[in-house]
Amino acid sequence: MKKLFFSIVIMSIWLLPNLAIGGPDRATLLSMSCAACHGTDGKSPGSMPSLYGKSSKYIEDQMLHFRKGERKGTVMNRIAKGYSEADIKLIASYFGKLANK
Amino acid sequence: MKKISRRNFGKIVSSVGMASAFGMPSLVLGASRKVVVIGGGFGGATAAKYLRKLDSSLEVTLVEPNPTFYTCPWSNTVLGGINTMSDIGHGYGALKNKHGVKVIHARAKWVSGNKTVTLEDGRKLNFDRAVVSPGIDFRFDSMPGYNQSATERMPHSWQAGPQTALLRKQLEAMPNGGTVLICPPGNPFRCPPGPYERTSLIAHYLKNNKPQSKIIVLDAKEKFSKQGLFMSGWDLHYGDLIEWRAASAGGKISRVDPTNMQVETEFGMEKGHVVNFIPAQQAGKIARDSGLTNSKGWCPVNQVTFESELLPGVHVIGDSCIAGKMPKSGFSANSQGKVAAASIVSLFGGTEPITPSYANTCYSLVTPNHGISVAKVYEISNNKIVGIKGSGGLSPKAENAAVRAQEAIYTQGWYDAITQDMFG
Repeated sequence: MKKLFFSIVIMSIWLLPNLAIGGPDRATLLSMSCAACHGTDGKSPGSMPSLYGKSSKYIEDQMLHFRKGERKGTVMNRIAKGYSEADIKLIASYFGKLANK
Repeated sequence: MKKISRRNFGKIVSSVGMASAFGMPSLVLGASRKVVVIGGGFGGATAAKYLRKLDSSLEVTLVEPNPTFYTCPWSNTVLGGINTMSDIGHGYGALKNKHGVKVIHARAKWVSGNKTVTLEDGRKLNFDRAVVSPGIDFRFDSMPGYNQSATERMPHSWQAGPQTALLRKQLEAMPNGGTVLICPPGNPFRCPPGPYERTSLIAHYLKNNKPQSKIIVLDAKEKFSKQGLFMSGWDLHYGDLIEWRAASAGGKISRVDPTNMQVETEFGMEKGHVVNFIPAQQAGKIARDSGLTNSKGWCPVNQVTFESELLPGVHVIGDSCIAGKMPKSGFSANSQGKVAAASIVSLFGGTEPITPSYANTCYSLVTPNHGISVAKVYEISNNKIVGIKGSGGLSPKAENAAVRAQEAIYTQGWYDAITQDMFG
């Protein structure tokens, strides 16, 4: 009976369409913030630089440069200071993966 | 283990089915979770799009009266004669066709605790969770002499659309040498730097078209957002054209007189050819009618999920809600729309919403080529939204034409990106 119960549960999970069980992770949540200036999924329609298509390493490096004040910016130097190194890694890896999907 | 009879077996299977239907997204039984989003502005349009983006099994219905949404951000460029109304109008086509949001163009009357939204035409919509993003309403009782019909003579233009077009028409009709009165409200109100960007861009129009004219800002406050940056920009570009009066220096208004186009200050009546009186504000009507507001007229929410503290299952975002230290801005509403969408998907999935991160960046134009900004990243501390220390802040104080020009380019870039993020 235990086996039967288990297989029904497994099957009902397996039959579900592609949906986020449990909700989005922190990388997704952090990266959604970027879209307000850089466009949905980092695809900018205008003068803001696109994040989509850039490598994780590039985004991480630039964010760290902004954060430490090593790269001058207009606003990113101020915004980057609001994110920890761990958060920057999550954001960078999110956008890096997006382009490879 | 006991042998299971055929009858018992049926019972067990159906109870397992029921359990999984309740415990998991309800697709097992073919019925999807329903979210109704009320208001298709910076908060609502964003929430609707991101709900579908995060979980395509959700049935998301957006209720918005207008087929075209005119944005308050960027509407000052219309007043300044730089853009036209069509440049700030956006439709709901992509939300419907690309993102699978059901869009109903109707006015929602009220949201009830029994998970129903009632529309003005009598229709009822059921929901598992609702997102209410109605923006602001005006307090017509907050100023002697002011009422709904006064807005036809003294447009507030603090909800973009016909009011924006009306104020622009008045500016075009006024004589060279005329006076424009701009009267910003006390805190809190929608878009703290907005009245001062408006002052700047109207000054830009007057300088180039009616240079003998004057703007007097009669402020209900002692200081305002990005004040140093605005005033330094005004000195640089507009000189005597703009006069700003703090509340205690004759700025405070005690009565408006729309018939004679004048307002009463401590030092007497001020007359304007154009009077842009921006009244005190409160949460949108549906929020008040549905019992979502506190005694001050704003909506208290759980600042992690934006679920109302007063009506469970109903999330309030944008200008209507009390969002800790976040200002009432289009950018904040967009940020909150995403956090609320993520929380709702987590709650449906039966997990604790993850600790959110919020952001706000407000660009303002002093001239079409002179942009300034203020930014902040926010986090949760003791269940309240607070700014992250050391993050964000203002554009550099020292005037540098190249930096200001770059920020003006990014002001447009931001507008293009956020409207795409909402409607594209």
